[in-house]
Amino acid sequence: MRPFASSLPSEKKTGIVFVTAAVFLIFAAAFSLLCGSVRISLSDAAGAIFNGPVGMGERIFLFSRLPRTLAAIIVGAALSVSGAVIQKVLANGLASPGIIGVNSGAGLAVTLCAAFGIYGGAALSLFSFLGALLATLVISFGAWKWGNTRSTVILMMGVALNSVLGALSDSVIEFNPDIAAMSADFKIGDLSAASYGKLIPAFVAVAFCLAVLFLFSNELDVLGMGDETATGLGLNTKLFRAVFLVAAALLAGCAVSIAGLVSFVGLVVPHAVRKICGARAKTQLPLCAMIGAGFVTLCDTLARSLFSPYEIPVGIILAFVGAPLFVVILIKGKGR
Amino acid sequence: MAITVSGVSGGYGKKTVLSDFSASFEKGQITCVIGPNGCGKSTLLKTVIGSIKPFSGDILVDGKRVSKPCERSKRIAFLAQGKSISDMTVFETVLHGRFPHLSFPRVYCEKDREKAFLCLERLGLSEFCDQPVSTLSGGMRQKVYIAMALCQDTEYILLDEPTTYLDISNAFELFDIIKSLAESGKGIIMVLHDLVTALQFSDSVLVMNGGKNVFFGSPDEVVASGVIKDVFGVGITKHDGAYFYERNTKNG
Repeated sequence: MRPFASSLPSEKKTGIVFVTAAVFLIFAAAFSLLCGSVRISLSDAAGAIFNGPVGMGERIFLFSRLPRTLAAIIVGAALSVSGAVIQKVLANGLASPGIIGVNSGAGLAVTLCAAFGIYGGAALSLFSFLGALLATLVISFGAWKWGNTRSTVILMMGVALNSVLGALSDSVIEFNPDIAAMSADFKIGDLSAASYGKLIPAFVAVAFCLAVLFLFSNELDVLGMGDETATGLGLNTKLFRAVFLVAAALLAGCAVSIAGLVSFVGLVVPHAVRKICGARAKTQLPLCAMIGAGFVTLCDTLARSLFSPYEIPVGIILAFVGAPLFVVILIKGKGR
Repeated sequence: MAITVSGVSGGYGKKTVLSDFSASFEKGQITCVIGPNGCGKSTLLKTVIGSIKPFSGDILVDGKRVSKPCERSKRIAFLAQGKSISDMTVFETVLHGRFPHLSFPRVYCEKDREKAFLCLERLGLSEFCDQPVSTLSGGMRQKVYIAMALCQDTEYILLDEPTTYLDISNAFELFDIIKSLAESGKGIIMVLHDLVTALQFSDSVLVMNGGKNVFFGSPDEVVASGVIKDVFGVGITKHDGAYFYERNTKNG
């Protein structure tokens, strides 16, 4: 009998990549929890988990390192998966939440929230999602009306939308100088303000979206083959395009509500994963979540360790690492 | 047993492309759809698979209206003309041909994988299983999508310009496969631009013009009717069982 099930080399490779990605994420998280301007020992970490905040080390672990590490994991996973989904649905490798204006929509919403005194909690996540969703709807409507989802129209509209939404955010800041200080770090992307109040609603929303996307990964693949092929395979293209874009907007919105306008993650990680392991959503999305989470966690640890005791926003490290990495992937990945 | 299109009008937005169109496509037959550019050939196929909703009229599959996309796709496979280039591997792409046959949460089983392998083997693609579709030539990609349509294992297969990008040897290989599918009882509806090929390889020919069915019959009936000269401005003759274009027919 022919070995149909697991004979393909790519499928064996995928298993190895999954294990490697999991190990990478665990090490990145451990590195983030234990390293920084104050070193935390393993006994401090264990003490914090089992006995609560009894000493300085335990307090730093519970109230600074742990929320920040969790924030980096959530932001990295959310932005990477959001980027992979948007690229697949719009059949455009250059589409990512940052480029097509989804992050800027969330950014405007967060700036407005700050202007009205909302700095955390479910309300911030909700408004951030609504901002991201609004930008997604504008892009999707424009692509449907004046171009098609497979053309550069989306990218052009994204550039225009980014400018308009950025200008609106700046206008809000201009009239509310009190939020100007927050705005600088927000635009670069920063995790230093991570708190459980921001993390809990975002975590719930991100977990829900990831579960939905993993569950419908075959539908995502089929939609990525084009509307006519997908319809021929029995997929309700309008319904699933809406589901995927809303999920991608929610993921990006949650990430922006925690970390601001983090760049490159949603673009670089999906490309890297596609290069390593192909583009089947069933493998690409979980790998994007793990590698994206590990990547942001590692970059954030570098951001607060490189010039310790001073910190720089993680967005700077991500841009310095992400931009050249993206160029390398594009040049080496012509085949995919 | 046939796909019956009755009085269908349809198109894009407010633009009408198909106008009161009627035809019947039988199982076990190869029907080629020919007509000048923009006459509605592709629109007809897209309307039959439900990608375009008709303004009016009825489409019946074996006498029944099949309105649910999931039900329709179990009975009709479609090879689109303009497709996104899949960024998955050849095997993963062809495996998605089994998509309509899965119920939620749509997990491909060993039988689905076996079916996909057999379709790949049939089209001589088994050695490319692990290669990304985007790295293949245009002709090879076309064969991958044809394998995916075969993997769908439906009673009817709609092919919109299936020979696009294929060299002559691969095109003939494809026609052999299509013939064997028709012999096994499947109904094939195929849009082709090359009139001679369409006449040569089909059991019946639908000639379209201006969104209407202007002639439907066997290849010999189509040639004898002179409809090809009326629609395309060229003549076709038959010698020794083969069809040929007539020269200078437009200017006498």
